[in-house]
Amino acid sequence: MKFGIVTFPGSNCDYDAYRAVVDQLGAQAAYLWHKADDLDGVDVVILPGGFSYGDYLRAGAIARFSPIMRQVGEHARRGGPVLAICNGFQIACEAGLLPGALVRNAGMRFVSDVVHLRVESQSTMFTSEYAVGSVLRIPIAHGEGRYVADSSTLARLEDDGHIAFRYCDASGAITDDSNPNGSMRGIAGILNDEGNVLGMMPHPERAVDPILGQPDGLLLFESLLARMAV
Amino acid sequence: MKHRVYRIAVQIVPRAGLLDPQGNTVTGALHSLGFKHVQAVHVGRHIIIETEAPDALEAEASVQAMCEKLLANPVTEDFEITSAVPA
Repeated sequence: MKFGIVTFPGSNCDYDAYRAVVDQLGAQAAYLWHKADDLDGVDVVILPGGFSYGDYLRAGAIARFSPIMRQVGEHARRGGPVLAICNGFQIACEAGLLPGALVRNAGMRFVSDVVHLRVESQSTMFTSEYAVGSVLRIPIAHGEGRYVADSSTLARLEDDGHIAFRYCDASGAITDDSNPNGSMRGIAGILNDEGNVLGMMPHPERAVDPILGQPDGLLLFESLLARMAV
Repeated sequence: MKHRVYRIAVQIVPRAGLLDPQGNTVTGALHSLGFKHVQAVHVGRHIIIETEAPDALEAEASVQAMCEKLLANPVTEDFEITSAVPA
């Protein structure tokens, strides 16, 4: 079981993702340079957070044309898991791997905080080790994290159980106050139609070591490990 | 046919109906400066492209394709292309 972590110019969470996979999960990982034209035989691709290409034009708009994204797209079409975090989520939306888009936070500010997330679906390869309705504490750090999509896309995500996480308060209630960026329907993370691409603005890879607080992100990586071991 | 360089401006604005926090903030600032009659502000991007083409129509068609592929996000933005003028 090997994770491949894509490094774009401007990625800054690739190292965190690597340490989460290797030190905390105990799995193998390799960095994949964005100009590479193969995935080095990895089983899971992580598109990490950061500011690829300086967020020029729109966050993720230019990174999606990096050479490696062609291979990432083929991996996804073969059913291979892709975990797209923060800037990775923005890139995955721009690349059409996920529906919708991420735009400027409603409050206009960059938000760096630890937020509560409610697990909305357990029947995914990324969330099987969580209980539905569990409330996680996971860091966020983004300026363009407001998830938007047209109403038919939102309805489809809802009906298919493809909303993975929503922002919530400490008790698990979805309220306007618990929504840090104005995302439609409080959406923090979604899956594609086939369920093998997860995009999320919060950073599970920053919540895997008890030294840094509740390691609530670790079960996401363990869910993938459990699925791939089958 | 000989190609020449055309200059084309593109305006990209947030899709109508989508929350535009930047536009709303600027509206508020204008109101507080006394411009009470301002109804709405939409903040977008202005891009100027200089491109080679056999004629103005082809230059515009090529910029249209650039907008669809890269310059605008079809989920959240609308764009307008101004007429090509020789650069």
